[in-house]
Amino acid sequence: MSEANASATRITPGNALRPEDIALQDAKPADAVARYALGLGDDALILAQRLGWWISRAPELEEDVALANIALDEIGHARSFLTYAGRAWDKTEDDLAYFRREPEFRSVHLVEQPNGDFARTIARQFVVALYQWELYSRLVHSSDPTLAAIAAKAVKEVDYHRDHATQWVLRLALGTEESRRRMIAGLRLTWPYVEELFTDYPLIDEVGDAGVRPSELRESFDSAVRTVLTEAELEVPAVPGAVGGGRLGRHSEHLGYLLAEMQVLAREHPGASW
Amino acid sequence: MTGGSTTGDDGATAPSSGLHEERAAWPLWEVFVRSSRGLSHVHAGSLHAPDAEMAVRNARDLYTRRNEGVSLWVVPASAIITSDPDAKDAFFESPQGKDYRHATYYTKSEGVKHL
Repeated sequence: MSEANASATRITPGNALRPEDIALQDAKPADAVARYALGLGDDALILAQRLGWWISRAPELEEDVALANIALDEIGHARSFLTYAGRAWDKTEDDLAYFRREPEFRSVHLVEQPNGDFARTIARQFVVALYQWELYSRLVHSSDPTLAAIAAKAVKEVDYHRDHATQWVLRLALGTEESRRRMIAGLRLTWPYVEELFTDYPLIDEVGDAGVRPSELRESFDSAVRTVLTEAELEVPAVPGAVGGGRLGRHSEHLGYLLAEMQVLAREHPGASW
Repeated sequence: MTGGSTTGDDGATAPSSGLHEERAAWPLWEVFVRSSRGLSHVHAGSLHAPDAEMAVRNARDLYTRRNEGVSLWVVPASAIITSDPDAKDAFFESPQGKDYRHATYYTKSEGVKHL
């Protein structure tokens, strides 16, 4: 997460909106829009940190790279959202990522849940990707042009994440007895955190047309879930929802440990670059 | 806390090497990428994947990360028939010395325009 994104191996970046461009633009988001962007950015950041754990640990080298690519996509979205949010408060993406405390993070509980085995990670990916796709495909119509532009880039990448997770849900569910057992267990452990994704929170009323109301996404999400789970010969888990509150800064026991690992280097060596 | 990581799940352990050996390996696939300016697909490398659908996805993840391509082919490595390296002489030496198969071998006839 530094300005040194220029890479010799990047051949044609195309016209994609980059965090560096957002940092340079004049537009400052309204405070409510910035806080909204912060929540979406935190979702992407925490998920990316979780996914990064799989590097060198996935079942196959190819899957290592697949999960790492998804993590890097999410880091990209986080950088854009946090850079834009930070403009409202004269903070950089790094200030927000590395120097906030746990209660200041606005991510949902789902993304901070442990990786578990591969099936549990796939279950979490499945839910996150479907949710983010529903969200970003509407956020492209945001009245805030920067949020719309970030969403326009993100929605294409998340479309692939959706496909990746779907393919694995199908293969694990219809694979061996053991893979099916693990897929079912993974979905059961993940499902309590679905409800929070679609719960409206007070900030949404302030954001207005710049944002997307979470409750409006639920129907399409459920329908997309049903399509895949039916093909996988699985039931939607009937489990009660967990206590949410991530958007208000209330988190589960897992986030503190994750942040400690994610932030330690930047805090030990402020301003370091590599 | 085990494994020295707080972001992973402590209950999850990487498959032991023993498990790895017992499991049937994923088949090998050869990957061909067509770049945006390229006219044909060019062999880029190989990868492992459980089936064709995952192979094309893994190819996307492994071989198009730096904007290399706009189209992908994957082919089961077992479906590729190769020439025999030991028969190199019999296969490939014959064209040597047959310069008349190249247009540059010929001298232009007098009076021929636009060549």
